[in-house]
Amino acid sequence: MNLSVDFAGIQMKNPVTTASGTFGSGAEYSEFVDLGALGAVTTKGVASVPWPGNKTPRICETYGGMLNAIGLQNPGIDLFAERDIPFLRKYDTRIIVNVCGRTLEEYVEVVKRLASEDVDLLEINISCPNVEAGGLAFGQDPKMVENITRRIKDVAKQPVIMKLSPNVTDIALMAKAAEAGGADAVSLINTLTGMKIDIYRRTFALANKTGGMSGPAVKPVAVRMVYQTAQAVKIPVLGMGGICTAEDALEFIMAGASMVAVGTANFHNPTATVDIIKGIEDFMRNNKVEDIQELIGCVK
Amino acid sequence: MSDKKKSIAEVISQKMVSEGIYSMWLSFPKEQDMAAIAVPGQFISLYCQDGSRLLPRPISICEIDREMGRLRIVYRVAGKGTEEFSRLAVGDTVAVVGPLGNGFQKKDGKSILIGGGIGIPPMLELAKSLEGEVSVVLGYRDGNLFLKEEFEPYAAVYVSTEDGSAGTKGNVIDAIQNEGLSADQIYACGPLPMLRGVKDYAAKNGISAQISMEEKMACGVGACLACVCQSKETDTHSNVNNKRVCKDGPVFDAQEIEL
Repeated sequence: MNLSVDFAGIQMKNPVTTASGTFGSGAEYSEFVDLGALGAVTTKGVASVPWPGNKTPRICETYGGMLNAIGLQNPGIDLFAERDIPFLRKYDTRIIVNVCGRTLEEYVEVVKRLASEDVDLLEINISCPNVEAGGLAFGQDPKMVENITRRIKDVAKQPVIMKLSPNVTDIALMAKAAEAGGADAVSLINTLTGMKIDIYRRTFALANKTGGMSGPAVKPVAVRMVYQTAQAVKIPVLGMGGICTAEDALEFIMAGASMVAVGTANFHNPTATVDIIKGIEDFMRNNKVEDIQELIGCVK
Repeated sequence: MSDKKKSIAEVISQKMVSEGIYSMWLSFPKEQDMAAIAVPGQFISLYCQDGSRLLPRPISICEIDREMGRLRIVYRVAGKGTEEFSRLAVGDTVAVVGPLGNGFQKKDGKSILIGGGIGIPPMLELAKSLEGEVSVVLGYRDGNLFLKEEFEPYAAVYVSTEDGSAGTKGNVIDAIQNEGLSADQIYACGPLPMLRGVKDYAAKNGISAQISMEEKMACGVGACLACVCQSKETDTHSNVNNKRVCKDGPVFDAQEIEL
């Protein structure tokens, strides 16, 4: 039985990674799961300098999901490179580094800095709804998506995954723009912009007023967008959005995702990643699937 | 692998100790015995059965029974999740991750333990485990003095109530001053205004104070950066002036934190 996939030229032992921002750089969850069992670890977004993030409360629960507005708090690329990359390298897993920035120059600076680092892929976050400048602003205009992708590809030494926002009218258009800019892959969905009101305090549940919605409640939207994207582009798709079980992951795979990421589910179950990998194996065994390739995009 | 465990706990007892406040003893299987390693001031994450509520509920540990492998939590029903826990009956099970956070650092000498409202429960195990002279000051809204008598075997207990129906009328600092209490260190858990008062009082009197913080959490293990508080100095992990309540805390030296 073969679970390994080639994703943008990088061999992964299985198609399961973590969704950026939900798993830190793996250290905290390494107390619950063997990181070496994962196809890859996708790290929390890192910028050129440390970011303090938003005010609290930064999260709230919603029905079947949650909102977050962390605001991309991160320790900056220097400490990340010195501490987090060597930590992850101890494990037999691929490293996908998520990159964020306020301006195009900031993204380019981080990508350049990572060129000499021992990491496998870059995921460029052009879709965070929780920071004022940068983030989402780059991800909602196809021309911008194409331009930023091209600029990043010019300096990147690793394959580049562009992380797309679901907060657009036509996701396929954004995916095509990333492909036209030279992206090696796309990942989606980032969170859906949402809001919750605390009716007893008569105020917003989040200090940032709005936040990114994630969790099982968003899954049907995510599966639809992954399907539309996979139909529209030739580059591989990393699918995510509410995956909690192996069955959820298989929906994304059949819709056309070559890899899947587990995010919010880690909060509900710290061993969600490895449980999902085992569940995919069980499904393949029970359904006599020899190679995961048979399932990727099998629903047209 | 560290000491943190993911476990299915069994409910040993459950009772209401005050309006909307419940006490529950949980028993853990031998392989994932959290009681053996838990310390006062740590918390556990409880998970709801109902999948529509996916985030763990962090609840502080009230008592630790190492011999029997049991933990006690005393919690307020604050929403649908804690309401679900309050309906658990003896023999029911609940998913738990823990023990989480750092816990109080026990010091020698004269101590004042301060608990306010639902910040009272974590002080009980601390009161039981501290050596030396221990005073406990408990702040309540009214004369409904839940857990008070349970502290009495271990410490001199003083009370403040907002409505003046028992003990000193006012807050916990009023009670400390009213009773003329003094100490080498303070341990405190309670609402933010109370912690601010404790911090000020400790600073003015040159006493060290450990305070247990609360913030909305998602992962509970230090990964998601939801539950940060502001630190005076740049934190070595975050590289900014933020500390994680769930991982670096919940207990902090009061003077290291901006409240």
